[in-house]
Amino acid sequence: MSMDISFLFFVSSGLFLGWSLGANDAANIFGTAVGTRMIRFITAATICSVFVLLGAVISGGGTSETIASFGGVNRIAGSFIVALAAALAVFFALRSGVTASTSQAIIGSLIGWNLYSSSVMDTELLLRILSTWVLCPLLAGIVAVLLTLIAERFLLWRRPHLLTQDALTRIALILTGALGAYALGANNIGNVMGVFVEVSPFRDIESGQFSLSATQQLFMLGGLAIAMGVFTYSRRVMMTIGNGVMDISPIAAWIIVCAHSIVLLMFSSRSLEQLLSDMNLPTLPLVPVSSSQAVIGALVGLALLKGGKAINWHTLKKISLGWLVTPASAALLSLTGLFLMEHIGEQPVYASSRYVISETGFNKLEQEGIETWRYRHLAGVEFHSPKAFINKIESYQPLSAQQRKQLLDIAYLSRFELNHQLYRNSHNWLSTEQWQAVQSLKNQQFSYRWQLRDALAALSPQWRYKPDTPHNRSANRQLQQQLTKLERLLEINPPHQ
Amino acid sequence: MLSRASQLENQLDDFFDKVVVATLIFRNSLELYLNHGICDEYREKLREVETIESKADQLRRDIEVALYHHTLIPELRSDVLALLEEVDKLINRVEACLFKFEIEQPQFPEQHKESVRRLLQTVCECMDQIIYACRAFFRDQNSVKDYSAQVQWLESEADKLSTSLLRAVFRDEQLDLAQRIHLRYFVERIDDLANAAEDISDSLTIYAIKRGI
Repeated sequence: MSMDISFLFFVSSGLFLGWSLGANDAANIFGTAVGTRMIRFITAATICSVFVLLGAVISGGGTSETIASFGGVNRIAGSFIVALAAALAVFFALRSGVTASTSQAIIGSLIGWNLYSSSVMDTELLLRILSTWVLCPLLAGIVAVLLTLIAERFLLWRRPHLLTQDALTRIALILTGALGAYALGANNIGNVMGVFVEVSPFRDIESGQFSLSATQQLFMLGGLAIAMGVFTYSRRVMMTIGNGVMDISPIAAWIIVCAHSIVLLMFSSRSLEQLLSDMNLPTLPLVPVSSSQAVIGALVGLALLKGGKAINWHTLKKISLGWLVTPASAALLSLTGLFLMEHIGEQPVYASSRYVISETGFNKLEQEGIETWRYRHLAGVEFHSPKAFINKIESYQPLSAQQRKQLLDIAYLSRFELNHQLYRNSHNWLSTEQWQAVQSLKNQQFSYRWQLRDALAALSPQWRYKPDTPHNRSANRQLQQQLTKLERLLEINPPHQ
Repeated sequence: MLSRASQLENQLDDFFDKVVVATLIFRNSLELYLNHGICDEYREKLREVETIESKADQLRRDIEVALYHHTLIPELRSDVLALLEEVDKLINRVEACLFKFEIEQPQFPEQHKESVRRLLQTVCECMDQIIYACRAFFRDQNSVKDYSAQVQWLESEADKLSTSLLRAVFRDEQLDLAQRIHLRYFVERIDDLANAAEDISDSLTIYAIKRGI
């Protein structure tokens, strides 16, 4: 019971973040449709809620890996504060009637956690995420302009009656909105609820054909919070998007929603990345982008196509300012919250982790092409924070972002045990050959991640990385996900509990 | 949604058809009046126009209610309603003009009748063009400005014709002042139909710009 109460307490910040997401991001999907009065608010809110919930429960399986690798929050109290800070930042933006970016708020909040916990920030990834804050609205604008030109040609060719055009636009707005809501539920539920999966008290429900896993039940709870946000608070932001920046026609409303969905898809589609790399074209980073930025980018693109006179620069300036203020305030709130939680709430907000390079670890580093002779004397020295460890090494030798990651990975000391608990879990996310390799390591223990990985790689080629070519990128990423999941399952007393 | 749209499209087409028929009857009735004065056939045509006018009124109301009830074309609804009301007023003017002819029976001297016919033809063409423009607004807004240009040209033609007709009437020594003023009223009444068409075309040009993406 006490577990349930603490769960309810901690999950409340996730539900608040879900609510903010519903209030804010639903407005991005249906804002232009409701703003142009093509769809009534109540219809939009109902469609949005139903599809967000469906997306969260049916396709919301994977949490956002980029978010996870950027800030691996490893204590539930830390997760609580990170989610709360992000939710508050979005809420304050919403209070001023401005559309905020939930993704930006989460990134800001995680930066706060990284700073507070003295974690080593993945600057390369941060730069990639920051670059999408420019790239995403820019691309959305370009897509909107292209869609407008196509729509104009189509209308000139087909010449539909104004009323037929109106009916078709309405149908298109509803369909695109429903798809957008489904995608929102599927992609963002991980941000909202992902950190609570491990402490969820839910149990799988199975009754004949119908089955609902514990995670799905948790996501459903998050989905309901998003739906609450849609119904209770999204109207105001919808009106800002629909009417605030410029007057738009219903077709323009559809073009904006469409451009927004296409751009979101471009930044999250693995198949597109594969296709681009197969054609030797530059790929887009797969990071969660802001739907608000996509919508505003599309709006501005459309307005510029029409000469740019229709834009309400005042509202636009307010929104752009929100893009800077939201992540900054989320980071500040997160820092303050973590401090208060640790010192007044007396709850640990991050777990200290141990970093020791063993002799074999040095050999492994050499194998991976990292020079180690300058700090070889640090063998066996224990560090209790990633930052202290990296600072020490960097006092001998400068490191690239990639090398920092490799060093942290190889020096991370813990205990990985292939116990009976593992074999009770479902393993349908592994191939038969991979599972056989895992089984043959039964009852073995490892102190380092890389030892476990090497042992698995020695047992099966399916546990080995392929050469890093664009073609193999997707397979390697999948292997990495499998390894991360396996390591989390095997780690004894992992920090994230 | 699509069947409701198509039903409303038919109602709109019906409404514009009624204006076209009213214009045709108007032209025939005045031809008849110029040739035979008020006769049974004229009265029959006047009744037809009355029926058309009341049906057009009902259609307009039905369309307006449907547009508001189902919140259709929200961004252009007020423009469409204004357009329909202006066109409806055009039928009212046609009906009122025929009534005035029936009641007051102005006597056009033979030497002026040809000018009245030319004015009548130009005004009716102008009314035809404005209906083309209205239909184009719903299907092909790019050609609205072409039709509007024709309406404007025909209206200025009608102005020239009516001015020269009025000049001729007022210089006609055989007519007394009361007769001249009586005829002026009717010439202006016919010419006003072209002015009304031009007003509609002015509004329509703006509505068409708003219709773009």
